[in-house]
Amino acid sequence: MKKLLTNKIFKNNLITYGIVIIAFVVISIIKGTGNLSSLFTGLLVPLCAYIILAVSLNLVVGISGELSLGHAGFMCVGAFSSALFSKCVVGTMPDGLRFLLALIIGSVLAGIIGVLIGIPVLRLKGDYLAIVTLAFGEIIKNIINVIYIGRDSKGFHFSMTSEMDLNLEAGGETLINGAQGITGTPKDSSFLIGFILVMITLFIVLNLINSRDGRAIMAIRDNRIAAESIGINITKYKLLAFTVSSVLAGAAGVLYSHNLNNLQATSKNFGYNMSIMFLVFVVLGGIGNIRGSIIAAVLLTLLPELLRGLNAYRMLIYAIVLIAIMLFNWAPGALAFREKYSIKNWLSKKTGKEEM
Amino acid sequence: MSFLSYLIKGISLGSVYAIIALGYTMVYGIAKMLNFAHGDVIMVGAYSVFIMSTSLGLSPIFGVLTSIVVCTALGLTIERVAYKPLRGAASPLAVLITAIGVSYLLQNIALLVFGANTISFTSVINISPITFGSNGELTISGETIVTIIAGIIVMVGLTLFVNKTKMGHAMRAVSEDKGAASLMGINVNATIALTFAIGSALAAIAGVLLCSAYPTLNPYTGAMPGIKAFVAAVFGGIGSIPGAMIGGVLLGIIEVFGKAYISSQMADAIVFAVLIIVLLVKPTGILGKNIQEKV
Repeated sequence: MKKLLTNKIFKNNLITYGIVIIAFVVISIIKGTGNLSSLFTGLLVPLCAYIILAVSLNLVVGISGELSLGHAGFMCVGAFSSALFSKCVVGTMPDGLRFLLALIIGSVLAGIIGVLIGIPVLRLKGDYLAIVTLAFGEIIKNIINVIYIGRDSKGFHFSMTSEMDLNLEAGGETLINGAQGITGTPKDSSFLIGFILVMITLFIVLNLINSRDGRAIMAIRDNRIAAESIGINITKYKLLAFTVSSVLAGAAGVLYSHNLNNLQATSKNFGYNMSIMFLVFVVLGGIGNIRGSIIAAVLLTLLPELLRGLNAYRMLIYAIVLIAIMLFNWAPGALAFREKYSIKNWLSKKTGKEEM
Repeated sequence: MSFLSYLIKGISLGSVYAIIALGYTMVYGIAKMLNFAHGDVIMVGAYSVFIMSTSLGLSPIFGVLTSIVVCTALGLTIERVAYKPLRGAASPLAVLITAIGVSYLLQNIALLVFGANTISFTSVINISPITFGSNGELTISGETIVTIIAGIIVMVGLTLFVNKTKMGHAMRAVSEDKGAASLMGINVNATIALTFAIGSALAAIAGVLLCSAYPTLNPYTGAMPGIKAFVAAVFGGIGSIPGAMIGGVLLGIIEVFGKAYISSQMADAIVFAVLIIVLLVKPTGILGKNIQEKV
């Protein structure tokens, strides 16, 4: 135990878990005393979904070093498959079991799509990979918008043209209604479930990073050719990171969809803009830094809401803040300036101690 | 006849994509960055023309010229303020995210100034359509003709500029090797700024042509054509000027044919699916250079 506690990685992970647990407890207390506005209460579950997505995308972008712009697509797969399942079986099993099964179905399906996309796509590099994942995300969204599924006494009906084509009997029920999406998904998600899923995600990702597999993935990121020459199977490990990430994105989708009565695939929730938003979380939080992703996801989701008082100007301010932070954090000029005038340096100079 | 009219429509849409894709590909070639704000420069260009020619009632040609000047200035400003400080940053993702920030910024400024409502854009092109066939089976609108001609002029002009002029040589040198180019006495920063200026001017032209053919305009008008043009640039091999032209025109044709013959709702999915297939067969695009990795 003592050895574990002195382990730097272990300590670091504990801090990450600790922050999430403390945040959960504090918010729960505030919520319990009724001091949380309805706006923020409504944001809690999506926020958990976004945290999961940010962490899972960080696995691809930060740890595996590949640029993926299609994570909203995996989320979309998880959301729709699980919502469809829940709607089909509502009333036939206890709520808890139903959500658990929905969660498994959503994540596994997103994982399968992840493997199918990953096998051909991970041959590509850099910006090409980015555009292809973006394209896949858009295709998934587009296809879901033209799917019609209905159910009556004869079984399931499927169409890709219109609701009329389903030829449902009287009393039949439309499950997915094209662009109108799925209505009436049972509201199974709660802040507690969101919190548990965030913890599971963290557990999976942090353990993967610090495992032998994780080190292999990072070796590929740092130098593909060197990694290959010492016998690391490039395709296998890249695919591993990509698949784990898409499974988690699918789980986030399940969480997201079971919080909404009416689920539609629009460019606002599952389009490439959303994938870009997750990428912003990752880059702003620090590429490869899991704790940073969580903090960035929370801050950037809450920022527009905190600025709501400024109404029309809030997204404008959001954009300016984003540009300013990027310049401050990444510009070589700004970094040199920070180095020169940092408080740390100033203090160490004053006390006469040179930091080694 | 309908096949021919779809083909012409496709080439016309493709020319617009090609003009936008040229801006993308030139910037990528020289600065190695994906300029996500490029689509929004198109939108700004279209709004400038709208103000000049519809609101103020000036002549369309004057409107187009103003729009080009506005977009060029905008492109230079963005490059100077948001992108140049990040040159040499540790991760190429930094400038990508900043570009996304600039894109949000432009959209929200437009939202504040012009409102969220879609306005109908009055075409700036006053050429009567040409009709072929005894019963008018094939009609080509004035916008289509002008778009295709403008596309050809831009492509030929840009090819000549890049291959024949001193500035063009400098641009190619910088995109090949920044360090060596600066040793040869080329002002790298000025060359990159010039590339942004040309790309933004092209975006202005594309904005006018796009909104004349599809006469609606709102703050998000530029986003989807921007992404499609980005796809076109990748399709043809990003960084390659002839590649962007071919990619753009092909993409336009595929989109129009997909809409007409397969499914109008699935057109975007078809475009993206074709891109994926092309990239899987040829991972660097149609005319992309295949760079061998050296150990």
